[in-house]
Amino acid sequence: MTPTLQLFLIVSAALFCIGLLAALSRRHAIFILIGIEMMLAAANLNFIAFWRFTPQAEQATGVMVAIFSIAIAAAEAAVGLAMVIAIYRHYRTTNVDQLDQLKG
Amino acid sequence: MSGNVVDQVFIRIKEWLLSWLTGAPNWAVPIASSLINIAALLGVFLSLFALMSVLERKILGRMQNRYGPNRVGPFGLFQPIADGIKMLIKEDVVPARADKIVHFLAPILIAATAILALGVIPYGRNMTPFSIDGGILFFFAVGSTTELAVFMAGWGSNNKFSMLGAMRAIAQMISYELPLIITVLPVIMVVSSLTPDAIVAAQDGYVFGFVPRWFVLTPWGAAAFILFFVSGLVESNRTPFDVPEGESEIVAGHMTEYSGFKYATFFMAEYIGMFAISGLAVTLFLGGWQAPLPFLEFVPSYLWFFAKLSALLFVYIWIRGTLPRTRIDQIMNFAWKFMLPMAFTCVIAAAVWHYAGHGLPGWFASFGVIALVYFALSTLLDTRKKFAPRTYRFAE
Amino acid sequence: MNSVAFIVIAILTLAAALAAASLPKLIHAALNFAVTFVGVAAFFFLLGAEFVGLVQVFVYIGAVAVLIVFTILLTRRDVDKDRGFNWSGVVVAVAVFGGLVWAILGTPSLPVVAPEIPALPVKRIGEVLMTSYVWPLQCVGLLLTAALIGALILVMEDREEVKKVK
Repeated sequence: MTPTLQLFLIVSAALFCIGLLAALSRRHAIFILIGIEMMLAAANLNFIAFWRFTPQAEQATGVMVAIFSIAIAAAEAAVGLAMVIAIYRHYRTTNVDQLDQLKG
Repeated sequence: MSGNVVDQVFIRIKEWLLSWLTGAPNWAVPIASSLINIAALLGVFLSLFALMSVLERKILGRMQNRYGPNRVGPFGLFQPIADGIKMLIKEDVVPARADKIVHFLAPILIAATAILALGVIPYGRNMTPFSIDGGILFFFAVGSTTELAVFMAGWGSNNKFSMLGAMRAIAQMISYELPLIITVLPVIMVVSSLTPDAIVAAQDGYVFGFVPRWFVLTPWGAAAFILFFVSGLVESNRTPFDVPEGESEIVAGHMTEYSGFKYATFFMAEYIGMFAISGLAVTLFLGGWQAPLPFLEFVPSYLWFFAKLSALLFVYIWIRGTLPRTRIDQIMNFAWKFMLPMAFTCVIAAAVWHYAGHGLPGWFASFGVIALVYFALSTLLDTRKKFAPRTYRFAE
Repeated sequence: MNSVAFIVIAILTLAAALAAASLPKLIHAALNFAVTFVGVAAFFFLLGAEFVGLVQVFVYIGAVAVLIVFTILLTRRDVDKDRGFNWSGVVVAVAVFGGLVWAILGTPSLPVVAPEIPALPVKRIGEVLMTSYVWPLQCVGLLLTAALIGALILVMEDREEVKKVK
């Protein structure tokens, strides 16, 4: 069974949904960040899979988007984790259920 | 030419070994070739590790005006066998509340990443075990995985000293990764390739007929080599930067709760990391496997590589025997305030050298750039207290 | 493209991702997260994008995983288990997966085999980055600088508070 594009897309969809699972069903802020990073990785996998299976691959568009996406994901992880640390210093908790000061 | 036969003798041996597989299916030959490469690599570097562990103690001993180990074998050279037996028969103590899986996997991961990094360095003409297009990036990617393994070691031991040692080690390694990589940037820029083979090939030939074109003989190359070497010292947690394993402070840092064979694995991983960084320094700055003078080219290429590697390892041991340990805040200050600006200056100086032609005016221009920034930094970072001139009072 | 390699890497990646999403202990989840990214980088190698695979290992495992682990250490209260698991999240995730798979299997142009493409050397990536993509490159540089300064300011301790304590 040679891997077709469909198979790669299904694997990346599964990875995306596992990331979604982590982001939606956990209460610790860092777990949610882990889920978000997994979703971004799944999207990168999608881009590279489509780049590989397209006949005109010298433009390297998929590869470029994936590289920029990795850079931006790293920046977002850094700022997100800095926020988690700042929130922990103030509220002494990382449970997102307890961060409801702005609730109406 | 006879030099050619001796030079390529290992390639011939490997081809002869592979010729036994002429009837095998198509997918077996690359796997067999890779396995031969891996076996050769492991054989050479594990014996080098064993040799170096005893040579280091002897050289340190001589520097401290005493003999090193000299009881086991001629001049003590069989000491690694005694050490190996000792490590293997020790009882393996795991703390009761330690995280078993993480505690077990940490030394394996550290050793695996150190050995992986050895695979992309060219050891001789046509003798790179795995020639990847982005070889330098592979080296640094694998090296940065070591930090996670160090953390696993510190956390898995469930011990405050281990955790503290692991956090210090990671802080130190992350801070010095930046200068390490940015000092490699001028070389990659000038050669315009990430492949170690291309970098070695760009350093061949001789200027004026006898001066080799190695990058260490250019001003930006010399500065980058010194910065790379110091960053390599820090990355391998060697004295004077061995705060993570400072024996007088935090026992053994992240390696405290490891005994017997696991400790030997950590020890091996540290030395193999040293070999890998020195090998990369030889490749990037010292011309790889090339001879320094035209009439010395009959010596095989791998002998030149190992001679240069041994010289760098001797400097590692020399520095260990000479300098005291630095404090952790001194280490951080040094990285962020001095090494990072100097590393960026090397990039600019390399660009100046490249665009002024590779000749003498470019040499002086780039030397001027580096000297300017160096003296500016020394003046700005001067933290010595300014005392009033001394007055002397003598007894009357 | 080797199908054995594909199956092995897919199983490794998805198993590690499931472990990262569902293990109660935070540090185990973070380490499985690193293994997931090794699997994704292996996929990139399989697909012929080696440079992206190496950048992935370098950035995610060398930097993001270490950041996450440090943050876990700094925000502990000696209880590093996660209390509470929201089961409706599982339902939503399974529903989204069902929808995506239905969309993928329903598109007729997708079950194609990989065409033979010329290998993409790193030099070509550098050329494209500096000519067609130079504006996004500068923007990402600016973004990373802003993120660096922002993260530093967020975690820097208040100077007046420190002085009052002294």
